Amino acid sequence: MTDSGSTQPESANIRPPSPPKLLVWLRRNLFNSWPNSVLTLLAVGSIYFVGRAVLEWAFFTADWRPVTNNPMLYLVGQYPRDQIWRVGASLLLVSFLTGMSWGEWRGIMRTFAMLLAGGLAVLGIIPAGGQMGSLAVHVFFLINVPVIFLGFLLGSRKFVTGSWVLGGWLFSFLVIPFLLRGIGDGTVLPTVETSLWGGLLVTLILAVGGILLSFPLGVLLALGRRSSLPVIKIFCVMFIEGIRGVPLVTILFMSSIILALFLPPDLRIDRLVRALIGMTIFSAAYTAENVRGGLQAVPAGQIEAAKAVGLNNFQTTLLVVLPQALRAVIPAIVGQFISLFKDTTLAIIVAINELLNIGKSILQSDVEFLQLQLEVYVFIAAVFWVLCYLMSFASRRLETALGIGER
Amino acid sequence: MRKLLLPLASLIILAMLLSACGAPTTSDEPAVIEVTAPGYGEVLTRVKERGRVVCAGRTDLLGFGYLDDDGRNIGFDIDLCRAVAAAVLGDPEAIEIVPVTAAERGPVIQTGEVDILSRNVTWTSSRDAQWGNFTITMFYDGQGYMVRADSGIKSQDDMDGASVCVTSGTTTEKNLAADFRERGLDFEAVIFEDTSSVYNAFFEGRCDVTTSDRSQLAAVQAGADNPADYVILPMIISKEPLTPVVPHGDDQWFDIVKLVMYALINAENPAYGPITQATVDDILASDNIKGKTVLGAEGDWGYSSLGLDADALANALRAVGNYGEVYNRYMGPEGIAFTLPRGLNEHWTEGGLIYAPPIK
Repeated sequence: MTDSGSTQPESANIRPPSPPKLLVWLRRNLFNSWPNSVLTLLAVGSIYFVGRAVLEWAFFTADWRPVTNNPMLYLVGQYPRDQIWRVGASLLLVSFLTGMSWGEWRGIMRTFAMLLAGGLAVLGIIPAGGQMGSLAVHVFFLINVPVIFLGFLLGSRKFVTGSWVLGGWLFSFLVIPFLLRGIGDGTVLPTVETSLWGGLLVTLILAVGGILLSFPLGVLLALGRRSSLPVIKIFCVMFIEGIRGVPLVTILFMSSIILALFLPPDLRIDRLVRALIGMTIFSAAYTAENVRGGLQAVPAGQIEAAKAVGLNNFQTTLLVVLPQALRAVIPAIVGQFISLFKDTTLAIIVAINELLNIGKSILQSDVEFLQLQLEVYVFIAAVFWVLCYLMSFASRRLETALGIGER
Repeated sequence: MRKLLLPLASLIILAMLLSACGAPTTSDEPAVIEVTAPGYGEVLTRVKERGRVVCAGRTDLLGFGYLDDDGRNIGFDIDLCRAVAAAVLGDPEAIEIVPVTAAERGPVIQTGEVDILSRNVTWTSSRDAQWGNFTITMFYDGQGYMVRADSGIKSQDDMDGASVCVTSGTTTEKNLAADFRERGLDFEAVIFEDTSSVYNAFFEGRCDVTTSDRSQLAAVQAGADNPADYVILPMIISKEPLTPVVPHGDDQWFDIVKLVMYALINAENPAYGPITQATVDDILASDNIKGKTVLGAEGDWGYSSLGLDADALANALRAVGNYGEVYNRYMGPEGIAFTLPRGLNEHWTEGGLIYAPPIK
């Protein structure tokens, strides 16, 4: 607009030297008309005052002791400190497998591995109070970083195939719950009841468990809803619409309290598992609707073509329809998983000691912390923001890698 | 028409489901639900098989059930559970504390999911009828008022027109309204959802008075920048007898828990020693007949018929000490949580309400 010089190159020589780039940018974007200038000044003013107040509070007024005193509580809650190595071993396993996945699949897994390594390195370096301040804990977090690279080296080898890595993940999801809880009556590993698990550990278990379990269930429900068999169809529709018509809080409450009243007294489902079941069926109903959207987007010609080359119904669904349908709905599903991750905080109403509930307990752990709820909640909000941002960042990389939205 | 059939049918079923679940919970307390209650002796058998006493507790109330720096669940309510575990299984660590919310307290004890509910439960007539058996009151709490020391408020009569910070939708709010109404006084309620906000608002001067259970007020006062600036008024406007609860149906377990609580109380009686955590073994070795009777080492006063070992009560006292020690550990002058004068919770020999039947 103001760049009229480019059309008259001969007059460019006699123009005064152009102002610095920044000033041009400012004038074009922030001060190009007088209403815009006023708005800019108002915005700068309010950002300055709000920002200054926030920074002053964060660095001078706020009392961060409930956060810095014992960050271990936020990580694992009441998990017995003499058994904490089991949480550490689980983390090492996840680090190693993330590294292997990076070596095997590259691409998006590289982003994940880098984020994990970066996060653990930060945890290893920053000073912290309580048990988190001990040298052993710092060293442990730092050890995870070379373990990720070790996994990368192994995963890059030719003889390591994708099925190895997938098998490794499957193995870890089966083993980690037993590692954390103990096997059988506690003769091999002392039993650590799930009522002692807490903090970020439980938040991640609820989120990852909910995501992994609800995805296949949701896909099955979506397929069932399009089934031509009336019994399956009616069941799936009732399940999906019944769950979607009820808030998550109600489902958690039902699965935790009402269900217990109807079960025989000797049949007790673990409270954490009850909450996980509630999360899973809630998330599955929404996943089913997302996937159904994807299924409807697959052109009928694709199915006819699959039939024409002699694929049966099962093969058509698995090899032709689902890959296209799921690919189309990745952004929606990731968005829903992010919200599931945040929804784990609702488990507070059934007294699961996830991150938010541990924060509440920490407020009551010392008379001097009773009034510091702002600090604790701001810290927990920051943790959630970082984790959710990382998830949506990773999902954007995934979309780019799969070329969604570029067709 | 056929298209409408399916949604209609599911709607009807859903409505039936909702009305079935919704109807009983319309009242303040959960309704009576038929639950197979444990029979005589079943809870003790279950506890011994499991090797653990399961208590419903909490991790978010300073002094009663909260977390220490190692993430261990400690507090007054937790110690009562430890005492029972020590008596029944010989090991105070043989407990599992299941954190429950206030709404879950009824169902967990009704269904027998836990053996003891030790989570600041106020003993009320409706809860006694519906939830389980209330053992004996181990802590007499009551709602009180806290004001600024320089406000000049000495009693409710000075509070006419005052603004009061209170949590919303709790019995605290109802008690407050009833107290002012009875006295014909006006007040302006400043209502918040959670307790921390209530006290923050009070400390920031947004209200003249705040009200809560006195144990909670004592904790809040201790956490103030300058505790001497605030006063907890002496009057109590509600009865909150905090009592451990056991499931309906198993009288043996009911008696065992009561017996352990009585032992903690009797041990504090100066006439018996008093018996403390440190002196249990000295008294067992001495010729203090009364003390040895309390510990179960002198005659069998009903212990064996309840399925308890002879050293059960001695184990309980070794684990947590007598009532006074448990109280002082958390809320005494040197208490690790805060300091609250014992008041009604004094031993009966000191004029309080903490009383146990004789051992004969």
